[in-house]
Amino acid sequence: MKLVRVVFITGLVCLSTFLSAQKTPKKATKASGSATSAANGKIVYMQSCLPCHQQDGGGVQNMNPPLIKTTYVLGDKDRLIKILLNGFNEDVEINGDTYSNAMPSFAHLTNQQIADVLTFVRNNFGNKAPSVTVADVNKLRPGK
Amino acid sequence: MKTKFIFSSFLPLIAVAGLAWYGAKYNSSTSIAFTPDADNAGLKLPDGFGALKAADNLGRARHIAVTQSGDVYVKLNRAVNGNGILFLHDGNGDGKMDDTQGFGNYPGTGMYIKNGYLYASSNNDVYRYKLDANQKVVNPAEPEHIVTGLINRRQHESKSVVLDNDGNIYVNIGAYSNSCQEQERTKGSMGRKGCPILDSAGGIWQFKADKLNQTYGSGTRYATGLRNVVGLDWNQQNNQLFVMQHGRDQLHDLFPDLYTVQQSAIYPAECMYALKKGDNAGWPYIYYDQDQHKKILAPEYGGDGKKEGPSGIIDPAAAYPGHMAPNAILFYTGNMFPERYKNGAFIAFHGSWNRAPEPQAGFFVVFQPFKDGKPFGKWEVFADGFAGSEANVVSGRAEHRPSGLAQGPDGSLYVSDDNKGTIYRIVYNRK
Repeated sequence: MKLVRVVFITGLVCLSTFLSAQKTPKKATKASGSATSAANGKIVYMQSCLPCHQQDGGGVQNMNPPLIKTTYVLGDKDRLIKILLNGFNEDVEINGDTYSNAMPSFAHLTNQQIADVLTFVRNNFGNKAPSVTVADVNKLRPGK
Repeated sequence: MKTKFIFSSFLPLIAVAGLAWYGAKYNSSTSIAFTPDADNAGLKLPDGFGALKAADNLGRARHIAVTQSGDVYVKLNRAVNGNGILFLHDGNGDGKMDDTQGFGNYPGTGMYIKNGYLYASSNNDVYRYKLDANQKVVNPAEPEHIVTGLINRRQHESKSVVLDNDGNIYVNIGAYSNSCQEQERTKGSMGRKGCPILDSAGGIWQFKADKLNQTYGSGTRYATGLRNVVGLDWNQQNNQLFVMQHGRDQLHDLFPDLYTVQQSAIYPAECMYALKKGDNAGWPYIYYDQDQHKKILAPEYGGDGKKEGPSGIIDPAAAYPGHMAPNAILFYTGNMFPERYKNGAFIAFHGSWNRAPEPQAGFFVVFQPFKDGKPFGKWEVFADGFAGSEANVVSGRAEHRPSGLAQGPDGSLYVSDDNKGTIYRIVYNRK
């Protein structure tokens, strides 16, 4: 219940940030960098993530966890990057549901691709969270 | 004269009352005392059939069992208020369950009634509960442990059960893997030599139905090479175990040079197997291609989509399009439905996820005609519309997902849904 509330509040905060961001005119400089990253990330998502997490990021009941407004996706960047680098093979509990499929490592992706796909996921499916940069990934896996 | 007249006018009433009493006691009547929902519970059915929602919003309703008086036991995959099993009773005979009781605090899938016991399974163990003359559980708080300590490594964890007529119980122990790769679900990773998973999973195990506290050592690996079976039933006509396998996932994702996205969406087949003791259905070494009609060597073991697998592997009894996830099979032995359904199989397809980005499929109940204990002729969709809309089918975001099947004493077909927890009752109402 607590988790639900945290997720909900996080969602609300994100939503209001998103709405206020919508009102201001687009700034070309920094926004376009993360927009490109997200666009490239979509390509990676379609190839590597969609088969399990699905087109809408909603996952699959009992098996593949949703990527919509969860603390895994919106929270700590390092934890999220590590899930892609190392894979994830333990029960995930989100809002009382558990998801049990093993996620393989996606270490074959470049650091740029990992930054791109995580930026895409953190800014789609109703999510709004800061971009993941190559520097963020480099910190955990230097030079790929 | 007058008394005679009165008596004779009462005669039909007495006869009707007598028949009603007979019917209530033995449930041999096939007349329907209730009306299907106006929209047939949202289902599309063949002419003459109707449906109603006997219960709704129960939770993750997996397999179900119906008693001789029409009460329903439901196994939940996630306990609700500490109850993993629900007992549903229809007090006023309108077809709607109006009394719900719960017990058994463990999640799971298996639910089956045989020889005075209700059998239930968690994802590790098999339990049974003694039933009274009305098939009500005598002591819900104290089940007997029939089998304990079965492998549960999360993937394919459900332990479905069915009994034969010789005192044995059959338990599915699903493989905790997609295709026994050295690195699970990892692109290009090859298969483990002599797949060790098969020692303790990836098959059907046979145990004694009335012996307590059995473990792997006391059971027999009845059939192997079955990736994951959720639906299984005992065919009474030829006294044989039939199972439905969930076929492997991700041919394209794991071997993109060998399979297109489109091929990966429809292959391999979801297979029905008629099993004999000692049979090997071939997982992870082969999969069945329903268009080539061949057992194809898996890419993890050197296959290229065309090479056939090794010998000694049985053929499926029937094959269905890929990834539709058959979660239940039921041989229909009732008298309510038209004759052609008798001894045929109903199959509940839970619906796919592994077809993305291609459209998903399934989310329906299929009828497979049988003749002399073997599939005979093409399968057909019997009950559709569980998903709520065509768009929900395509996206996989179905409102309801068929998961369990059971036959009522009057010949009604019950279907459970593990998404919203609806129990459907399908009846035939044409004379």
